[in-house]
Amino acid sequence: MLWVLVAVPLVAGAALLLTGGRADRWAPAVALPAAAVTLALTVTAAVTRPSVSAPFLAGMPFGLRVDGLSAVLVVLVGVVLLAVLVFGAGEFGPAEARARLCGFLLLFADAMLVTVTATSLPTLLLAWEIMGATSYALIGFWWQDADRARSGTIAFLTTRAADLGLYLAAGAALAGGATALALDELGTLPAGWRDLAAAGVLLAAFGKSAQLPFSFWLSRAMAGPSPVSALLHSATMVAAGAYLLLRLQPLLAATGWAAALTLWAGLLTALALGAVAVVQRDLKQLLAASTCAQVGFMVMAAGAGGVAAGTAQLTAHAVTKSMLFLAAGAWLTALGTQELPLLRAAARGDPVVGLSFTVGAVTLAGLPPLSLWAAKDAVLASVLHTSVPLYLLGLAATALSAGYAGRALALVWSPPDDGPAPAPEGSRRVRRWQVAPLPPLAAGAALGGALALPPVWHAFGDTVDAAATPEPTGAELATSAAIALLAAAAAAAAVRRRGDLPSSPALAGWLGLEHAARRAVVLPADVAATLLARFDDRLVDGGVRAVSRAGLASARLTGARLEPTVDAAVRGVARGGRWLGGLARRPQTGQLHQYYAQAVVALAVLALLLIVL
Amino acid sequence: MLTLVIFLPVVVAAVLLAVPRAGDRTVRWAWIATSAVEVALVTAMWVTYSPAPDGYAFEQHHRWIPSVGAGYHVGADGLSLPLLALTAVLFLACAVYSVRRTRRMRAFAALFLFLETVCLGVFTALDLLLFFVFFDLSIVGMYFVIAGWGHRGAARAALMFFLYTFLGSLVLLLGFLGLYLLSSPHSFDIVELARQDPAAGRGAVAGLVLLALVLGLAIKTPTVPVHTWLPPAHVEAPAAGSAILAGILLKMGTYGFVRIVLPVLPGTWRAYAPVIVVVGVVSVLYGALVAMAQRDFKRMIAYTSVNHMGYIVLAFGAAALVAASEEQARQLAITGAVTQMVSHGLITGALFLLAGVLHDRGGTYDLGSYGGLARQLPAFAGLTALAVFASLGLPGFSGFVAEFQIFTGSLSGAPVATAVALLGVLLTAVLLLRAYQRIFLGPSRTVVTGDLTVSETLAIGPLMALSVAIGLFPRFLLDVIEPAARGVL
Repeated sequence: MLWVLVAVPLVAGAALLLTGGRADRWAPAVALPAAAVTLALTVTAAVTRPSVSAPFLAGMPFGLRVDGLSAVLVVLVGVVLLAVLVFGAGEFGPAEARARLCGFLLLFADAMLVTVTATSLPTLLLAWEIMGATSYALIGFWWQDADRARSGTIAFLTTRAADLGLYLAAGAALAGGATALALDELGTLPAGWRDLAAAGVLLAAFGKSAQLPFSFWLSRAMAGPSPVSALLHSATMVAAGAYLLLRLQPLLAATGWAAALTLWAGLLTALALGAVAVVQRDLKQLLAASTCAQVGFMVMAAGAGGVAAGTAQLTAHAVTKSMLFLAAGAWLTALGTQELPLLRAAARGDPVVGLSFTVGAVTLAGLPPLSLWAAKDAVLASVLHTSVPLYLLGLAATALSAGYAGRALALVWSPPDDGPAPAPEGSRRVRRWQVAPLPPLAAGAALGGALALPPVWHAFGDTVDAAATPEPTGAELATSAAIALLAAAAAAAAVRRRGDLPSSPALAGWLGLEHAARRAVVLPADVAATLLARFDDRLVDGGVRAVSRAGLASARLTGARLEPTVDAAVRGVARGGRWLGGLARRPQTGQLHQYYAQAVVALAVLALLLIVL
Repeated sequence: MLTLVIFLPVVVAAVLLAVPRAGDRTVRWAWIATSAVEVALVTAMWVTYSPAPDGYAFEQHHRWIPSVGAGYHVGADGLSLPLLALTAVLFLACAVYSVRRTRRMRAFAALFLFLETVCLGVFTALDLLLFFVFFDLSIVGMYFVIAGWGHRGAARAALMFFLYTFLGSLVLLLGFLGLYLLSSPHSFDIVELARQDPAAGRGAVAGLVLLALVLGLAIKTPTVPVHTWLPPAHVEAPAAGSAILAGILLKMGTYGFVRIVLPVLPGTWRAYAPVIVVVGVVSVLYGALVAMAQRDFKRMIAYTSVNHMGYIVLAFGAAALVAASEEQARQLAITGAVTQMVSHGLITGALFLLAGVLHDRGGTYDLGSYGGLARQLPAFAGLTALAVFASLGLPGFSGFVAEFQIFTGSLSGAPVATAVALLGVLLTAVLLLRAYQRIFLGPSRTVVTGDLTVSETLAIGPLMALSVAIGLFPRFLLDVIEPAARGVL
């Protein structure tokens, strides 16, 4: 059953991709039923809680299991996948590369399904990296534009750099004796290896969920089409990092430092990227920065031990944010822009889009009685359990969320500018299929507020995590509601009075994170590469060539000097021999009397020698 | 059976050369048919493979040069069978790829069939002298491929290739002679030598023999710093020649380690394992960084081979450093290394054939001359994307199965080295994606026509399909390798 769940999007997606452009006409006709079947299967899986396993590497099976936490996530993935595919069927016509879009979206979601059901590190890593690679293809969907293609590359490489942490964690797990590399074994490793495993997991999770200092890739990810953003920012990719931390919360808690570091990382990201979101000019960039900040709350929950709270935040955010991105995409189609100043009065256009966006933005602002308000307070309750100062900082991050959501909302509802009309690039009309998924998602975002009711919350908490979860008190709920309301109202009032909030270049430029990464990592690597290549050519290869040159030179030397000398010596010997031969010929006259005389002389010499010796 | 598998190609080659008026068409089909029969035969071997208690199947042992104790001893086990399969598959791919592009078809086909016999011979030889003969003949065969069918600077590159690797094989022969002299009774038989452990207690002499063997094999692998023959040879070689050179010939080096050095000199190998680990890590990083600076697509892939082969050397070194109690980690490292040989053969073979397509269409390997090719050649772009992601070790392809096992198995033996080598995975991703982006994405900059032909697709597609098959369902391969990997160290 679980195999079928994994196979349906995989087969459908692969088929669409392999057929290529020929499938563009009927791509939605394949993708939508596949997504619907997937959704049905995820619901079934959430109810029946299946688990399967197949041999993979030696002693490390490929295992999938649906437990409480996975159950929530698989259904979430199924819902958002269907929603974005429906929207995509509206946005993209048959003349566009729909097969590629739908195929990769299916694979992307499938990778997330495997990620959240994986029981061991190899299984998880496999799906985790495939998700990264499909995100490359989706972000660079419009590859004809070099900058968009480059954005895909940057996003993939950044997350892959972080993925190396999971390879480290796997090695540490094996070295520590967790021979099957099962996820639930990690918390029980011996101290040294456990710390290494935790460090690897943190690296991978922060990278994937765009926490500091990796946040910049999410800004780049905006180069993709709206359905891609809607999926990537909600139920997949960034959610995967948060999921991993929630899943491995026992490992983080066992090391001690890792839980604290996680809490701080989430908090700092929520604050910094919240501030970044407040000043973005571009609606999609605002939503992207807000994703980092909202995921920061999930990460905080994992650090504080609030697994159920983090899951609630993940779910509520996914539903809300996917809807907001789809609404932004609908406006992009209709109005041809995603610049906030040009989107004035956009909400007064198509009523369904406008109202859905409003519900989403109000939810994002954390206003009662909507879902993110309830979820975020559950997160803050677990933080409060850990430390009061951190709780207060968390409240500040809540105020920022309310600020950017209030600003966006005020801008899209504010009366149209009297200035020059915006470039009329859009179709001026939102397509029917684009609108369809918005109201259900908006309803979900709103109704999730029921989590604030204790019975609902307990039921949810028991499903996700057997451990007792601290729940927010009435006073806490009221405090955060009041803060959110004030901040949102202040932002809206500022927009109404001055036109917009003041901006700052550092915040608008995402804190210069991408630039810093380029300077600190990419540039040194490139310089090293160039120098080493030169070294390789001149010294390593040059050395070899020098040896062969030396060989040739010595051969030449032998040929030019040694050889004539030897030759001359040989010829000298020959000449000497000839000369001696000439000498030897002289006594041989052929005349007997001369031979007798020679014999007499010789005998005389011999006699003399005998006498002398 | 095994002898038939080994010598069938060379017999066909001889027939092709002997038949006076064999037309190009006949030659082509004879070549492809022979290669296909080889694939079928090796598949049959795979299916019927059941090793004897000593680990070998299809063993054949005949007298050859009894005066020095060298025999015709061949056999296949879990270490060689995957490489035999790789050889058969890659030669078939090259035959199909070359079907309508080669001048002097008859000589080319005969040369490749000869090379196929030689490669199969190396991977089945269980006698050092026999191994050496095949090892040396591979150099001769590849010399003629590069010199005869290469690009403009081929003569020079071929000569460099020949002299450099021939020097390596001579050093290797010295090592073999050393092993022969250390053994008692004297023998060149690998199985016999592994049983004897001839280096036990021989101290410095054993070290010198190891040095000769390692140097000889390292040149062929190649590892840094004896790798510089590789890039020019690849750049000048014809596409099919490059595919065989990178896909099969490089494996002879690493196969020599796992077939001869590790089993015959286990103690000495352990003693010098830290050096081997360093050589492996340096090859990984150096290969990747130098590749990153290349502007020539083929030269870049050549350097990534140095990187990929470095992982194998690292695994062999780290496997010796893993504590005796951690049998699983050692096995994982060695299994990963053998998997990497197969995986690299498939993927780099495909990449070099794709580079051949690129040169065929655009006339150059220079990255800067291309841009936006994905618009004009979508199928080519798609297949290259697959090969690029496979080469950077993406899960779902064989490279991940290999590299994951290598890293996971090596970490406990050599934690720092393995952690540093992990960066190689990132660097290859950077350089391959940059190159891909430059050639295929962005606005079109050149007019290039002619998407993949049927023969090109049929040659390269199956290589990627096999890589995916191993990546997703590795058991059929690992079930063969794992038992053999257990006995290596």
